[in-house]
Amino acid sequence: MNQEYLSTYEVFVRSARGLDHKHVGSLHAENSQQALMYARDVYTRRSEGVSIWVVEAINITASQEEDVESFIEPMDEKKYRHASHYQLPDKIDNM
Amino acid sequence: MKDEINCTELENLTRFLIALGDDSVIYSHRLSEWCSNGPYLEEDIALTNVALDYTGRARLFYQYAAKLEDNGKTEDDIAYLRTEREFTNLLIHELPINDFAFTMLRQYFMDVFYCLYLQALSGSKDESLSAIATKALKESHYHLKRSEPWIKLLAQGTDESRQRILRAQAELENFTGELFLMETWEVQLVDQGIAVDRSLIQLEWERQVSAFLAESNIQFTQTQLQVSGGRCGIHTEHLGHLLSEMQYLQRTYPGMKW
Repeated sequence: MNQEYLSTYEVFVRSARGLDHKHVGSLHAENSQQALMYARDVYTRRSEGVSIWVVEAINITASQEEDVESFIEPMDEKKYRHASHYQLPDKIDNM
Repeated sequence: MKDEINCTELENLTRFLIALGDDSVIYSHRLSEWCSNGPYLEEDIALTNVALDYTGRARLFYQYAAKLEDNGKTEDDIAYLRTEREFTNLLIHELPINDFAFTMLRQYFMDVFYCLYLQALSGSKDESLSAIATKALKESHYHLKRSEPWIKLLAQGTDESRQRILRAQAELENFTGELFLMETWEVQLVDQGIAVDRSLIQLEWERQVSAFLAESNIQFTQTQLQVSGGRCGIHTEHLGHLLSEMQYLQRTYPGMKW
């Protein structure tokens, strides 16, 4: 079968002790049910997880590398958004 | 050949375990031939996982047989040091993998069969056998979930894929009947509540398979004259070639270990 007919899916697995699904990789599949089965066979062979999500990659909207300057970096420049920016009064030992 | 009537229950059980182990190990080897040759990476890994499930079953059956025989032989001796005529697998397991449609249609037939057979075998009076069946049944339920969509996809796909499924059906229809045949010793085990009466699951198997294939507008057929003989060690010409590969290492380097 030619891979160009298959869709790419991103795979998220929740481990037995984890609360959240973590991205573990991607795979090709004909449809989402098949993707779920392949995810089981490819990413949970050694009991890595108790729950699997698959998301067709085209459904993910991602930030772009070239936008970093305007999209991400301005956050770094606003030091007042970090607690470390503020000097604590002497009376307070712990925070 | 020992007289059937004088066979003790223990000998019958051992023979049964080795037969079931042979079914699994030969089938597993066939499936493993897809390793690195799958249609694409994901299916390659998934199919090889199924092969490994069958290797696991074969080991459990052989280990139990070796324990009962208690003559110093291990599961490896049973798998790697017997000749073609000593293997008693049912013939459908040894047929070459052919194309992907053939592999998946056979897989589908086997999956429906094992879901029914192992379910019944899990009620065996023999506790170890029952435990093996219960474990393997879970695997077969998953295998069936995988093979069903493939058959639909191929049968309802392109002209080419449908033709290949029909061609596979035309070949397999000669071999499915043997799944429901039993030798005298197996019938004796059935009477003792240890083995499963294969003829009792035949109707249900045919019903499920016919109904499922009909959804893809394929009429399920079985030829009147079924090929059989596997349980007596009479095989197709394909088994010898398979064994020469599977047993190569132990034959060439006796006693070789990982």
